[in-house]
Amino acid sequence: MIYEVFRQERKGQPFQHAGSLTAPNERFAEIYAREQYGRRQESVALWLVPREAVSEIDDFPDEFDLKYRRVDGYSIKTRLREARERAGTLASDESA
Amino acid sequence: MSKRTDLLLSIADDELILGWRNSEWTGIAPFLEEDVAFSSIAQNEIGHARALYELAAAELGTTADELAFDRKPEEYRCAPLVQLRRLEWARTIARHWLYETADEIRLAAIKASDDPEIAGVAAKIDREEAYHRMHAEMWIDRLLASGEGRARLNEAMDELWPYALGVLDDELRPELRRRAEERLGRALPDAEPVPRDVHEAELGELWEEMTMVRRSAPAGSQW
Repeated sequence: MIYEVFRQERKGQPFQHAGSLTAPNERFAEIYAREQYGRRQESVALWLVPREAVSEIDDFPDEFDLKYRRVDGYSIKTRLREARERAGTLASDESA
Repeated sequence: MSKRTDLLLSIADDELILGWRNSEWTGIAPFLEEDVAFSSIAQNEIGHARALYELAAAELGTTADELAFDRKPEEYRCAPLVQLRRLEWARTIARHWLYETADEIRLAAIKASDDPEIAGVAAKIDREEAYHRMHAEMWIDRLLASGEGRARLNEAMDELWPYALGVLDDELRPELRRRAEERLGRALPDAEPVPRDVHEAELGELWEEMTMVRRSAPAGSQW
């Protein structure tokens, strides 16, 4: 079985994908995850997820090019600068 | 040599030589994850050896490295169980379980020692050994779960049993037998323990390899 391993570097931080490992069952996976992702004190917690339990979504149709719905379709930089100018809070290094 | 030093060196030598033997699986363990785990256990054992040698060294006015590498093979006090070489996997797991179980019994006795330094280092070692025991137990379950695994494990246990008894002093042996028989669900043979003063030829070979670099470099070399 393949297990996906997620590790948390410090308390309160999000878990991030660390890698995967092969193990015959969860007990083996726990020991192997400890050895591979925990023995150098690099993690405060680990999540082990059987790969089969992960649902993957990888199709995101965008037939009508609605780019204003995308994060990169809306430039906030210029608007933010204008708003700061109006409010008089523009930092000197931003005015360039 | 005091009884205290003798005890420290016996355990340190067990851990060093077993650590060395387990490290012989690095790169060739049954699969990658096990390779990493078993190599890590081997490193831990050698770390335990260092802590114990340091206590002995303070008493003998020497250093941990000198104790680990500058004695003659016949001066090592390790049990013959840890000297055996190139065991196939089922026997490696049998030895691993037998040693870890014997070690747990021995550490429990030493943790109760009046000597605060010895009790302290034993407690520290035991906290790390807990993970080695988890590893050994999961493998025993795995082997016991199939006909072939069970047959190979049982054969290995019978073969290694007199060696396992030799790890412990007389008074602790019945506890090892009780735990092993309960774990395997069967009786183990009556056997004469293989004592610590037996040096298998394999220990000489290991020593040659282990001390080769140290012997080749002039004393006081800096690395």
